[in-house]
Amino acid sequence: VFAINEVPVEDTFAEAFGMTAVRLVVTAATAGWAQVAGQMTTGYAASVIGCDAEAGIEGALSPEDTPDGRPGVSLLLFAFNREALQKAVVNRVGQCVLTCPTTACYNGLPVVREKAIRVGGNLRFFGDTFQFSKKLEGRRFWRIPVMDGEFVCEDFLGTVKGVAGGNFLIVGETQAAALAAAEAAVAAVRQVPGVVAPFPGGVVRSGSKVGSRYKKLRASTNDAYCPTLRGLVKSELPEKANAVYEIVLDGVDQASVESAMRVGIRAACRPGVLRVTAGNYGGKLGPYHLYLHKILSPHQNRDR
Amino acid sequence: MLTLRYRGQTKIPVEAECLRPDTLAGKSTAEIAALPVQHGNAPAPLGEFFTLEGEADDRHLVIEGDCGRVKLIGAGMASGRIDVHGNAGMHLGAEMTGGEINVHGNASDWVGGEMRGGRIHVRGDAGHLVGAAYRGAAVGMRGGVILVGGKAGNEVGANMRRGLIAVGCDSGDFPGVGMIAGSVFVFGNPGIRPGAGMKRGTIVVGGQVALLATFRYDCEYRPSFLEIYLRQLRAWGFVAAERFMQGVWRRHSGDLVALGKGEVLHWQGEKN
Repeated sequence: VFAINEVPVEDTFAEAFGMTAVRLVVTAATAGWAQVAGQMTTGYAASVIGCDAEAGIEGALSPEDTPDGRPGVSLLLFAFNREALQKAVVNRVGQCVLTCPTTACYNGLPVVREKAIRVGGNLRFFGDTFQFSKKLEGRRFWRIPVMDGEFVCEDFLGTVKGVAGGNFLIVGETQAAALAAAEAAVAAVRQVPGVVAPFPGGVVRSGSKVGSRYKKLRASTNDAYCPTLRGLVKSELPEKANAVYEIVLDGVDQASVESAMRVGIRAACRPGVLRVTAGNYGGKLGPYHLYLHKILSPHQNRDR
Repeated sequence: MLTLRYRGQTKIPVEAECLRPDTLAGKSTAEIAALPVQHGNAPAPLGEFFTLEGEADDRHLVIEGDCGRVKLIGAGMASGRIDVHGNAGMHLGAEMTGGEINVHGNASDWVGGEMRGGRIHVRGDAGHLVGAAYRGAAVGMRGGVILVGGKAGNEVGANMRRGLIAVGCDSGDFPGVGMIAGSVFVFGNPGIRPGAGMKRGTIVVGGQVALLATFRYDCEYRPSFLEIYLRQLRAWGFVAAERFMQGVWRRHSGDLVALGKGEVLHWQGEKN
């Protein structure tokens, strides 16, 4: 049995999907306001099952790492395709960054014009013909007059084909033990660049399966991992298990997601955790199969 | 790398349109020496004014000596690099579309006249009409970057439409006259009537300025886009930008005799 800190890790895989990703660099006069803008922009963005995008804060940025020398945050947003992503990003930046005091919004990925989404170029109309365009080194910035000065937003944002839905499940003896392990996993995952955990606090308690007994529902509760249904369904829970949390990861590439899974699983393997496993659909839906044992094997230890 | 050492003694201008790295690449030294230049009203071979050493295949030219009478260095070039160790004559990099020119000395009038791309960095002073439109043309500079570490003459960026011109010290009169768009930075004191007739665009002033009555005061603020420009200027080795990284800027809109959507940003120093 493959185990970390005596916690067995199942020989299974997480099934992930390709999604279009964008990185936003949002700056503000203070780190606090940048964080507010980041949290707003990535709110209600847990899963594309019910949201227009999946999103999260990748990390805080020091003034030295932002285009305008102010503190900022790096955000990652994911959607099924570029059109959907552009719509979501324009809406979210328009409602959550443009409106937020002192902020500015910049691109955080290389721009290939035909794969870029237009954000500043769509939001500029808010300037009601008073907007200003500045172009420097191939990058166009829109300056939109607002009541505290100007909102600067980059015209085009680069996109990449990211990997969404990397995951692992932490099976705990108690709810408290499972949650503590999940929190430790999320803390570790947040150190990995290029990855976000889009669910609340990075943790999912409502893992889902495809389909439902209700015809109209595309997804429903993962009954095999619900402790309260152990006696009613074909349960996957080991004996003594009383709570399961899932960590879902979206990244700019497969390597980022695998790195995050690696450090997250290692951090989760602690007392009170009975098993670590992963969610998949039998390999029939997602093109990325992220095998836990392979990710955790010693020769894959080059954490990023 | 091809090194050209100026050995001319003449005071009559030499028009050396052939001095551009993209078209010299692939030519032998003898072929390059035989290329025609215009010496006053008579054609002459390039080799009569320069000694040549090396090859131009890597599109890198090094020009040594006082070439203050050599016009059109790098004019129209699309790629490559020219380093001038000495002075450069009129029309340096005029109408160029790409590449890089570095002058470790002064440059004469019409630096980057109607240029469309690339970057020119003059470490010393520049003459009049930097990045300007030629007489009779409606549009001047349409892209690219011109950096002048010292001072510049009159009509910097006249009728420019796009691009960036930065002058490290004072400029002459009418900087940004008739600007259609683009950015002109004068980190010293500009001469009279900056931005006269400008439609759009940005004039940034670090020193003292007297604006025309057709510019209206807007506000004092810290434009975050300026930080991007100042950082980029610093990255290009333009040291004058450094002291303006902090501070408050006073914004005026104008010129109201034209479209009035231009702006002059005037540095006010550090304020809380």
